[in-house]
Amino acid sequence: MFFFLMTSINAQQTPAPKQSNAISIEGATAHLGNGQIIKNSLVMFANGKITFVGSAMAKIARQGTVINAKGKHIYPGFIAANASLGLAEIDAVKATRDFDEVGAMNPHIRSLIAYNAESKVVESMRPNGVLMAQTSPRGGTISGTSSIVQLDAWNWEDAAFKTDDAIHINWPGSFTRGRWWLGEDPALKADPKYGKNIDNIKQYFMNAKNYLASNKEKTHLPYEATKGLFDGTQKVFIHTSGAKEITDAVTICKDLGIKNIVIVHGDGAESVADMLVKNNVGVVLDRPHRNPNNEDDAYDYTYTIAKVLIDKGVLVCLGMEGQMERMNTRNLPFYAGTFAAHGLDKEVALKLLTSNSAKILGIDDKVGTLEVGKDATLFISEGDALDMRGNILTKAYIQGRDISLETHQTKLWKRYANKYKSK
Amino acid sequence: MKKLFFLLFFLSLSQIKAQDYFPTDKGVKTKDNKSFAFKNATIYITPTEVIKNGTLLIKDGKVVAVGKSVKIPKGTHTVDVSGKTIYPSFIDIYTDFGIAKPKRPSGGGFGGNQYAATRSGYYWNDHIRPETNPIDEFKFDSKKAKAMINAGFGVVNTHLHDGIIRGNGLLVALNPNSNNAYRILDDNSAQFLSFNKSRKSRQLYPGSRMGAMALLRQVYLDADWYAKGNMDNKDMSLEALNKNKNLVQIFETGNWLDATRADKVGDEFGIQYTIVGSGDEYERVNDIKNLNANFIIPINFSKAYDVSNPLLAQQISLRDMRKWNQEPSNLSVLSKNGVNFALTTHNLKSVKSFHKNLQKAIKYGFDKEKALAALTTIPANIIGNSTIGNLKVGSHANFIITSGDIFDPKTIMYENWVQGDKNVINDMNIRDITGDYMLSVNNKNYDLSIKGKGAKQTGTIKIGDKKVKSKFSFKDDWIAITLNEETGYTRMMGKVINASNVMQGTAFDSSDNETSWSASKKVKKEDSKKKKDSKKKKDANIPEVLPVSYPNLGFGNYTQPETETILVKNVTVWTSEDAGILKNTDVLLKEGKIEKIGKNLSSRRATVIDGTGKHLTAGIVDEHSHIAASAINEWAQNSSAEVTIEDVVDPTDINIYRNISGGTTSAQILHGSANPIGGRSAILKLKWGENAQGMIYENTPKFIKFALGENVKQSRSPNGTRFPQTRMGVEQMFTDYFTRAKEYDALKKSGKPYRKDIEMEVIAEILNKERFISCHSYVQSEINMLMKVAEKFNFNVNTFTHILEGYKVADKMAEHGVGGSTFSDWWAYKYEVNDAIPFNAAIMHNAGVTVAINSDDREMSRRLNQEAAKTMKYGGMSELDAWKTVTINPAKLLHIDDRVGSIKEGKDADVVLWSHHPMSIYAKVEKTIIEGKVFFDRQEDLKKREAITQEKSKLINMMLKEKLGGAPTKAPMKRKDRNFECDTLEELKN
Repeated sequence: MFFFLMTSINAQQTPAPKQSNAISIEGATAHLGNGQIIKNSLVMFANGKITFVGSAMAKIARQGTVINAKGKHIYPGFIAANASLGLAEIDAVKATRDFDEVGAMNPHIRSLIAYNAESKVVESMRPNGVLMAQTSPRGGTISGTSSIVQLDAWNWEDAAFKTDDAIHINWPGSFTRGRWWLGEDPALKADPKYGKNIDNIKQYFMNAKNYLASNKEKTHLPYEATKGLFDGTQKVFIHTSGAKEITDAVTICKDLGIKNIVIVHGDGAESVADMLVKNNVGVVLDRPHRNPNNEDDAYDYTYTIAKVLIDKGVLVCLGMEGQMERMNTRNLPFYAGTFAAHGLDKEVALKLLTSNSAKILGIDDKVGTLEVGKDATLFISEGDALDMRGNILTKAYIQGRDISLETHQTKLWKRYANKYKSK
Repeated sequence: MKKLFFLLFFLSLSQIKAQDYFPTDKGVKTKDNKSFAFKNATIYITPTEVIKNGTLLIKDGKVVAVGKSVKIPKGTHTVDVSGKTIYPSFIDIYTDFGIAKPKRPSGGGFGGNQYAATRSGYYWNDHIRPETNPIDEFKFDSKKAKAMINAGFGVVNTHLHDGIIRGNGLLVALNPNSNNAYRILDDNSAQFLSFNKSRKSRQLYPGSRMGAMALLRQVYLDADWYAKGNMDNKDMSLEALNKNKNLVQIFETGNWLDATRADKVGDEFGIQYTIVGSGDEYERVNDIKNLNANFIIPINFSKAYDVSNPLLAQQISLRDMRKWNQEPSNLSVLSKNGVNFALTTHNLKSVKSFHKNLQKAIKYGFDKEKALAALTTIPANIIGNSTIGNLKVGSHANFIITSGDIFDPKTIMYENWVQGDKNVINDMNIRDITGDYMLSVNNKNYDLSIKGKGAKQTGTIKIGDKKVKSKFSFKDDWIAITLNEETGYTRMMGKVINASNVMQGTAFDSSDNETSWSASKKVKKEDSKKKKDSKKKKDANIPEVLPVSYPNLGFGNYTQPETETILVKNVTVWTSEDAGILKNTDVLLKEGKIEKIGKNLSSRRATVIDGTGKHLTAGIVDEHSHIAASAINEWAQNSSAEVTIEDVVDPTDINIYRNISGGTTSAQILHGSANPIGGRSAILKLKWGENAQGMIYENTPKFIKFALGENVKQSRSPNGTRFPQTRMGVEQMFTDYFTRAKEYDALKKSGKPYRKDIEMEVIAEILNKERFISCHSYVQSEINMLMKVAEKFNFNVNTFTHILEGYKVADKMAEHGVGGSTFSDWWAYKYEVNDAIPFNAAIMHNAGVTVAINSDDREMSRRLNQEAAKTMKYGGMSELDAWKTVTINPAKLLHIDDRVGSIKEGKDADVVLWSHHPMSIYAKVEKTIIEGKVFFDRQEDLKKREAITQEKSKLINMMLKEKLGGAPTKAPMKRKDRNFECDTLEELKN
């Protein structure tokens, strides 16, 4: 009865208030997110920032509330790159879909203002340790501008962690196939329009650059929105796969003077790894839980791709685009776990959700590792957070705020578990 | 009808007589002498009966005599064809000669809403058209006839290629000099069928291959019912079908799998179809052979892929590359396996390529005598006409005169006589002057080389290696040569003398001085030894054909794994039984069963696997999968109980292999959720490499898919209009079907005559508790509803699958006794899953419901161990209970728990060896064993990857060679990724 009343009053979790008391977590295995671990650790934070990370053997005063986390694990909050959280609630209901605007060239379209801070899908991320996300528009050639949010907020302004961090481009493919439904040959062949298609993008940005250098007699909203790309304050996320496409994308962006380039998807990036390393280009990988592209691919192709790229020195992190991408974003830890099962060191796999993600998103000065001075965005898990059996959160903090781990789903769980218990 | 009798009447009379009474306004009535004798020929009376130096005597379109000593009557045109060979003209019994493809009705577009038939007085389905009589639309196509005649054909069988049952055929002699009254040899030659819908109607049903199969079965049942006089309506389709029952039934298929499917339907009704194959029969020749069917085989070989762009070449699957390499061997393989087949030009873009392709097949080992039979006696026999395809006395005078072996590329085909009328292909009187000559003129010697056939023979002239500019022509037996040298022109005219070995004539130089020229043939000496060598070389010349694997694609097996005795030592055993987890235990697998579980077991001859540090579990059972099928939804009606996935199991799906690589060994392949009453399931063991029948469980439990909610209401379909469109309608639809099935069953059991209705039979099985329902379900109201409907009809729902709001009615489910097979954590993808929670499995389990975790997804089905682990995270199930959700629980729900689902002595040896705790994210499958056979092994898999790389590179080199050799190539093609899910709709071709 009690639960019933609760759920009928609050649809969403109330965002936690600002951290008022210092907190010390003692005895847990701390996974720093940079590849290192500290067993029997002490992690302290106050006013939203980490003030101490070290061994629990350290003879220093525990600040504020002390949490005994012996046998448990502490992780930096997981970061979902290239997600679209909060931009749709129910995939099949058009009225709830806000991620794909009409038009091909939409740099001025901003995801942030559509971000639904009260989404039931968003709150379901937190019990799995996903505490931050880059929420990105989809569709078109230039999809729009993403922002990075933290996942415990009253509204989008509250949620914004880095506003308008990147512009997303869907790079044209160099292959095309006939429209078989119109009776055309379905054979895959080199797209004769590929050159023209990439030229369109190039031309667009050259025009934008010229516009920005001009006296701007008339305001051009889309061109205005590209400013950050040229002054280095914004990144470009190019969604593409294939050696040729990746090479062209990087070369053209460099030529245009766009400095901060990230490749999203990146199937085939392994054959141009040196070029990516040389140009400092990171790759946001798709989830490994997808089928290989070709019938003859090894069954574990998608499980091993992270290791292949990391061995070649490429900076990679995990992203989330594709079927049921929003609700599945909470499975990111297990995607990293799958990479670990197939060759990556566990702590390296963890970087794909923490320090590497922060670097690729350009927020590594504030988050991504357990380090003094960084945001106290972290969580305590009963066990190995990359494994379903261990990923059981007891506490999570975003910028030191003690956030709720309840969701629409846990409420229903309790309500019905209780119903049968009282029977 | 009358018209036909009329026509047949005349055919039975002598043709001369028929001509007699036709009036003429062209002059006085005359009559040609139509008797000819061809003497001194090699004559193939049949492929096996050959006469050397024989005479063929024909009169009025028929063979009158054939043999070594034939008396030639006076007044006979006699042709000396010494050195030449006479063959019976070819027969193609699968063409659309003279019958235009019907046009699609305009408007509409993709999909549409046509539920009902558009005709009355015929069968309820527009795609069943046995009444089609193509004679009404037949127009002798002279242009096409000419092309066929030039390729050696004398008779074709033709029909309207439209619909599932397509009506009868016409057997037509390709005689352009005659008219239909004579050249139509049979106007009711065969009945034709296919899996393609009619272009004349947009009626939606059947929407899938399995729907077409079910429809055929119902048609046969109804035809029988009709024949017995039980229907009070007139049905011209069923009448026609019954009338044509005794004709040969020719079924067109698109691949070898469809061939086996068509044959299966035929066998059920005692009909042996003649199957039009597709050229890929070599992939499963044993299965093809076992059909015991006659085949009609096209020889439409694909071009090599253009692999010069490596990025594009990477996209071509090994399966498609192999096809190019292997398919020329198809005829040879079929023939060596004793499959009886005729050849057809069907599917060829141009008839011209027929001989080239046939020569290729011969080069790949196809026997020439068999080739001739496949073009003459076999098709004649299939179509049941003994007067064509041979040159016996009384047969039609359809024959080809050639310069020699008809399958030799160098041979010239001179004439193709049809019904005693001559058709010239290459003028027989044009002398063959090909060869190398020494040409002498003006005291100078040249090398003259003549190549080509008939009127197209051309010569080139050289001095040593240097080509001399020249013109050559050969017309009306005169040779004309013009040399264009620096010294000026030389013109020559001349003729061949001395049996074509020498030519001579007059020449004029640039100053017009007349002189003479001559050329004599260089005779090549071939000693017998060299000949022998070249024969040997010829055998070695059979191009390399890469071996076929099962299935014939990357990761296929060259040989099927055998049942082994396997002893797994010192392993952690997850029993999925009360025994729980047994550490440091041995498990012995023998004769496909789990023989013994214990400590310190030993067995002689057993393959010992050290299981130290590893985990052994029962193979994973997936209650809800859509892999390994060519169709998933028969979506075109609101009930499709008549269809079964067993009809469309596809053993060539790579997802079978990917599933076993993740430890899944059994799966229920469910019909989709497009309609409230779906189709029947196929419950498979994922025995990679076996055929469809080999994968289906023996004595398989009977299941049917039901569905509720948004999908069946067509919530996301722009064309949604069919009943039901609401959950309210769904309840009434079920009640209606169960009520009718109950009445049907009562009538059936009463012993009174009844119209057998496959759909009702299936639903009656549910009422009789012989068939179980697995029902796609989401929200609590509909779950509750179906249980109440079932209870009203006195049976239980077996399984709710998906059942994402099962937790809201878990107590009711437990009381009803229904199981729940759910997703671990999917939600938010449509409105009805807004309240789906990952704690669902745990809540249902705690309420006493048997709970399984399923995939409904070919990707998830290869890592169900991870999904099971989520039940521990969400809701805190114990690890033993969690593991049961993917092993013994789904096995119980599928009624196969007596065979699989746990490690227990006496059960099938379906086990998986894992590198780690099976529900750890770090667990990898080391081996997957089904019935004691190792179907997946990590180490073997690595070898297979290497083999794929090597084979691809070999094929790429072969294709590059082909391209550089000048052969045409085609653009690389990437296979369309098959991704069947609950709401995937197959669009049956029309």
